Amino acid sequence: MANPFAARAGIVAVGCAIGVTAVLLQYSGNPPNMGICVACFERDIAGALGLHRAGAVQYIRPEIIGLTVGAFLAALIAKEYRPRGGSAPLVRFFLGVFAMIGALVFLGCPWRALLRLAGGDGNAVTGLAGLAAGIGIGVFFLKSGYSLGRAQTQNAAAGILFPAFMAGLLLLLVFQVTFAEGGPIFFSRTGPGSQHAPLLVSLGAGLAVGAIAQRSRFCTMGALRDVILLRDVHLMSGVAGLLVAATAMNLVLGQFRPGFAGQPIAHTDHLWNFLGMALAGLAFVLAGGCPGRQLFLSGEGDLDAGIFALGMIVGAGVSHNFALASSPAGVAPFGPAGVVVGLLFCLAVGFSMRERTP
Amino acid sequence: MSPSAVKEEQRPMSAIRIDARGLSCPQPVVLTNRAIEAGATNLDVLVDNEVSKENVLRLAKRRRLWASLRQEGPDIVIEIAT
Repeated sequence: MANPFAARAGIVAVGCAIGVTAVLLQYSGNPPNMGICVACFERDIAGALGLHRAGAVQYIRPEIIGLTVGAFLAALIAKEYRPRGGSAPLVRFFLGVFAMIGALVFLGCPWRALLRLAGGDGNAVTGLAGLAAGIGIGVFFLKSGYSLGRAQTQNAAAGILFPAFMAGLLLLLVFQVTFAEGGPIFFSRTGPGSQHAPLLVSLGAGLAVGAIAQRSRFCTMGALRDVILLRDVHLMSGVAGLLVAATAMNLVLGQFRPGFAGQPIAHTDHLWNFLGMALAGLAFVLAGGCPGRQLFLSGEGDLDAGIFALGMIVGAGVSHNFALASSPAGVAPFGPAGVVVGLLFCLAVGFSMRERTP
Repeated sequence: MSPSAVKEEQRPMSAIRIDARGLSCPQPVVLTNRAIEAGATNLDVLVDNEVSKENVLRLAKRRRLWASLRQEGPDIVIEIAT
């Protein structure tokens, strides 16, 4: 096959590389068990832009920029850059919003759930179980003909928009523009938002991971979905690689601390850890990719994936402004309500969006 | 029996055609799988991107089906035969 990354050994190697990179980012300054978390980092970007005012989680994360641009460049080189879109964009936007709401009740995307487990955080187990449950519900919809419809080919320039948006964020980060007194761009002085690896390290890691993930089609949601739907363990072998490599690196660096209570940027409310990730998992299936994969697709020119990612960024603003996002102290007052509304939305989407018979 | 012999013997002119262009992952695979489970023995799966091609080929390989590729304008056709 022309693409070695898409072979079994390739996807395992990519999973291992992501796991090692993420743990090294933690070692270089990123928050604990948060070497790369697409949901958390998009949330930090939302905060930096002032879409929410949670002072502890505001930073323009270069990893997100790198993941997108890395995938964009890899797709260009591989001649896979192909602008397309128009498959129910508004539905995808709200799937992104609710995916973020669910992820922030748990406190992490699937990547971080794996990194939390690799760091010894037992609460990740209930999160991952919830993720699998949500994906299981999504598979039911896929089997009964769920579809958001076909994407159409778009103008070549349109596909550059999302990577260009990311490049714009990089400029804001580099020049740290202050648009108003005490106003955006916001950068956390304390808390997770203040913990970050050096800019070039973060950006370089993001670019590398974005490129190899685009080539290998790495997707955490797809891993679970393909096992449930097709008994296909191809993507799962990459996820296993990530988990094993990250755990090994944590052990080597003395970052492995097993337990449930007092885990970094985590809480022990098992019910809402489970249900938050169930919502996220269901939304990922309905949108066709985990948050990381959506960034890589955006880089390839998938405008619908870009809409989903923007939905996630807006969803982070909603989560923190309306007391939906959890904190280490526990679930926020309106978090459970947000998850219930999100599940109802996703079920409505799943039941109502069927492929049209030609 | 060589794969090409299978093709000669078992591929009638009218293979079932699945148009999976523009569909996002995993729908091309789901549609192909559904057709196979419904008893289709000859399939032409039309896709418009590398990822869908890789996924459908992987499905065919896992189900031990004969598969080959042909280009059709900008699109890729995966021919599958049982």
